[in-house]
Parts: sequence; structure tokens; C-alpha cells
Amino acid sequence: MQIIVNIVVLAALYSLICCGYVLIYRVSRVLNLAHGELMALGGYFLFTVTGWIGAQPVLSFVGAFAMSMALGFVVYFCLMRFMTGESVFAAVLVTVALGILLRGIMTLLYTSQTWYPLQLMALHNAAHTIMKGMVISTFGIVAILSAAALYAGLFLALRFTRWGLRMRAVGENPLLASQRGIALHKYYAVSWALAVFSGGLAGMIQACDNGVEPNLFIIGLKAFPVVLVGGLDSLAGVIPGALIVALAEVLAIQYVSPEASEAAPFFVLLLMLLIRPWGLFGTKEELDRV
Amino acid sequence: MPYASGYFRTSYADDLSLFETRTRVVLLGLFLALLCLVPLFASAFILDLAIQVFLTLIGALALMLLTGYAGQISLGHAGFLAAGAFTTGILFKEVQAPFWVAFPASAAVGGLLGLLFGFPSLRLKGLYLALSTMALHFIVVYVGGEYQTRRGFATGVVLDPPRLGTFVVENPVLWYFILLGLDIIVLLFCVNLVRSRTGRAWVAIRDRDVAAEALGIKVSRYKVLAFVVSSMMTSLAGSLFSYYRGFVSVEAFSLFTTIEYVAIIIVGGLASILGTIFGTIFIVLLPYTIDMIANSFAFSGRFTTYLSAIKYGTFGLIMIVFLLLEPGGLVAIWQRVRDYFLLWPFRYK
Repeated sequence: MQIIVNIVVLAALYSLICCGYVLIYRVSRVLNLAHGELMALGGYFLFTVTGWIGAQPVLSFVGAFAMSMALGFVVYFCLMRFMTGESVFAAVLVTVALGILLRGIMTLLYTSQTWYPLQLMALHNAAHTIMKGMVISTFGIVAILSAAALYAGLFLALRFTRWGLRMRAVGENPLLASQRGIALHKYYAVSWALAVFSGGLAGMIQACDNGVEPNLFIIGLKAFPVVLVGGLDSLAGVIPGALIVALAEVLAIQYVSPEASEAAPFFVLLLMLLIRPWGLFGTKEELDRV
Repeated sequence: MPYASGYFRTSYADDLSLFETRTRVVLLGLFLALLCLVPLFASAFILDLAIQVFLTLIGALALMLLTGYAGQISLGHAGFLAAGAFTTGILFKEVQAPFWVAFPASAAVGGLLGLLFGFPSLRLKGLYLALSTMALHFIVVYVGGEYQTRRGFATGVVLDPPRLGTFVVENPVLWYFILLGLDIIVLLFCVNLVRSRTGRAWVAIRDRDVAAEALGIKVSRYKVLAFVVSSMMTSLAGSLFSYYRGFVSVEAFSLFTTIEYVAIIIVGGLASILGTIFGTIFIVLLPYTIDMIANSFAFSGRFTTYLSAIKYGTFGLIMIVFLLLEPGGLVAIWQRVRDYFLLWPFRYK
């Protein structure tokens, strides 16, 4: 029974992370391989803000949210803006390089030590027993709830608001969208901000759960098979994708070896690329676009 | 490539020749002689750096052929390196294979992996292909790590230096000359490959696969061939690496290694052999240069703990700078400088 809880919590975490991959990809056709580092930075932001203001959990989360969003804007306007219209490979490599740069900066600022923002906030990550033999940590619940809230919010925003409509238009056909007077850069930047925010949220939850250290980015890297399984351009596909990858990973830990959990998401990815390269819910045309 | 001042080929023999003018032959000969003299004067440290450059160059050229010429993006280069290194290590540990068995076997395993991963390239393009090769990297590294833990070589597999009868390759100077010779062979192979039918077919596929198909190029065959050639060269490089270090461990083949190789061909210049040489020298020497600068300023002990983070950051920064500001790479800078002096004092533009 514990396995089910583990799978759901991991899937929730992956959904939070992958939302960022898909948002940026949907809107600007860039796969952001620095997402893992941006996620880890979210955890560090929480730690920093808590260090400044002390044990006020709500305030420090809000502060860290704001910093994450601001980081998204900064990354877009200082770097990725220059890559619009460049080849896909070049843009992806810029994000890879950005990731390395951020990893360097993180280690410079925070050393490679593990920090625990939860201690600073004077909170406990208590374990709850749902049923007999099913234990879940507080931040496991937080992960599930925030993933649900984020997806519901995104769905409503993209479907029913003017900004959402414009964002979808930009993703569908940038040329036509800009002809109709939509400011492309603005919506690209918004997609980056939202993506870094959602990734940062995952990083904060992970930081509260297990502490934050530079190697946190590996979780972000392990999460992108989820996106390909669900379909690179499909937000709805992320949740089943996350469940499948989390299932594979948890089963690999349980029945093969802990090391196998590192490779399991990539096995799933390869399998998916062989059977259905555009993913469960992706569009087939996407394959020719890149 | 023709000189800035004109195109002087008048016969088919000229087209076939490797060198354009006698001056170039002489200059290249002098450069080679200089390279041969290096071990006489160089310290052990510099010799090690040179050997690292030579070793990295083989793998970098392989990636350059695949990405620069055939246009197939790979993020699994460290996986191919690891495949070569682990084939060598496992053969040595399990059956005490000598290097003349382990070496071709590594190439064969690499070629097989390349064949296996050439097939997805028939269906997948661009990003999707890059991600499937990245998945390969993680799987190869996992298999290697599993071997290490299962057999109890938790820290790594220790190798004896290669030997032929009583002749043992252990001395760095010997390594230097062997690798210099190997590099010259690999360079000649690459130069001739890209001028031949295969190389031209790759360029055609890279620029527009549909047009290449219409020209009568078997796209599938040449794509797979590119993967096989590249992965064989890379596995050989991996095998050489493990022999030189005398040690095989999964830690040496992280995703960062892949990115280093990609950085080499970006910094050097995407489809250029000369650029790859520049890029290799640049990227291999970068961390040591930072060390040197830090040492010359004699910063306090606190600073040295930050050094690895600084190296990391600088590496990322340099990649970004090249991608944004000089996509042609070092070779484009070199060409501009050379053209300037060739035409000096008359400027063309």
C-alpha cells in the first residue's frame, strides 16, 4: 500500500516540475534543460527568504514565489529573448549552458551543503497515517494539493482568460499571433515566469521535504521523460505521464535496485520514443516541427 | 578551403590534393616537428595536458562528424565513451584480454550501439533524437554502474597498462607519441571522409533531407552510417581514456562530459575540423587556465573552495557567449583574422 502513496507523491512532484517544461515548449518551442537548476533555485529562494524574515512560513513562501517568477522574467529578457527564431538546437544548448552557469552560481552562493528551510521556519514535516500501512508526509500532501491547484488554475486561465487565449495563440502560430497585435515577447516571458514559478514550487516542496542542495537539479532532469511520455506539447498529458514514470521508478526501486531508479524513467522514455514518439497526448505534427 | 584572394585550382589533381600550396606543406611539417620536440622540454604536467587534448580530440572529432556534418544531434556522447571504456574494463577484468582484443572489441560494441541508436534517427529528428540519445547515456551509465556494484568494484575498475609481449606502454612520453600518431591518422580519416561521397551525402542530408533523397542519396543508410562511424570513434576514444588513466568508473561519464564535448564543437565551430581542434584545446585547457590565474593571484584558502564552482560557472558562461555572439566559433574568428592579414593593407569590405 505504501507503494501507491509513494507513486502518487512522486507523480505530483513530477507534474509540478513538468508543467514548466510543457508551458515553455507549448508557447515558444524551446525545451528548457535548465529547468532542474531553476527548480533547485526555488528551494534556495525559500531558504534565503526564511533566513531574512524568520519563522513566518506564509510570508517566506510568498516571497520565494515572487523571486521565482522574477527569475523567470530575468532569464527570458536577459538571455532567451535573443534565441527566438534561432534553431531549436541552439536554443536548447543555451538552456543547457544556463543550467551549468546556475549550478556554478548556486554552489558559489550556498556551497554544496544541504540546507533545511523547514528548520528555519520552525515547522515539522509530520507523517500522517491515512490507512493501515499508508504513511504520507505533510509535504507529500502539499505536493499533491499544489499540483492539483496548479493544474486547475492553469486549465482555467488558459481556457477562459484573455491572456490564456493569447498564450495559446502565440504557441499555435507566432507569426499570425504577432500579426494580430499580440506582443510575442510579453507572452514568451510570461510563460517563462510561470514555468520557473511552478518548477520553483516543486523545488520548495522538495527543499522542505528533504533539504536543498545543488544536486537537486537531477530530479528535474529525471522529470523530463514524463513530458515526452505525455507529449511535449500537451499539458493534459503530463499527469498520466507522471504517473507512468513514477510507477516505473518506484517499482524499479522496489524490485530491481535503487540505482535502477535513475535509469528507469529513461527506459520508459526510450520505449515511448520507439512506439509513439509524439507521446500519449501530443500531436503527431509536432515531430516535424523540431 | 580556398584562400581569401581567390580560387586557384586548375586540375583534378589539385582538387584531390590535401594541401593547396607548398608553403602549407612546409608549415605543417614544421608544426609537426615542433609537436615531436615538445616532450623533450615539457614538464610532466604539460605532457599530461597535451595527452588529454589528444584523447579528447578523437571523441570531439567523432561528435563533429555526427552533429556538424551529418546534422544528427546527439546528447549521448558520454554514453558512447562509457561503452568503450567499460568494454575495455570488463574484458580486462573478466578474461584478462590484451589491448589488441579489447580495442577492436570496444570499437565493435560502440559500432553496435551506434547502429542501434541510428535506427531511431530514421524516425526522429532534432530534439526528439537528442533526447533519445540522452536516454542512451543514462542507460549505458546505469549498466556500467550495475556491473561495478555487482562485481564489487565500487570505486572503479583498475586496468593494467597495455602491453605487447614485453613492451609496456606506461611512459607518458610514449603515450604522447602514440596518441599523436593516432590523432594524425584520425584527422586524415576525417579530412578524407568529409571530402568523399559519404561526407558530401551527410552535408546534403544535414541541409535538407528531402532534397538529399531526391538526389539519390539513401538517407537512412547514411544516417545510420554517421552514427556507426561516430560511435566507433568515440568508443575507441573511451577505451584509450581508460587505458591512459588505468581506471574505469561511471563517475567519469556524467552528462557534463557530454556537454563538454558539445561545447567543444560549439566553441570551435560546428562543421569544421580545424575548429574542433581549436575547441578541444580551448575546453580542455580552460579549467587549468582558471587554476593558473587563481594561483598567480595567490588568493586565500577560502577562495580555493569556490574554485570548482567558478570553473563550472565560467564554462556555462563561455558556452552562452559563443552561442549568442559567435555561432561560427573560434574558427570563424581565426578566418576573419587570417583574411585580414592576407589582404592587408587592402580591406575587401
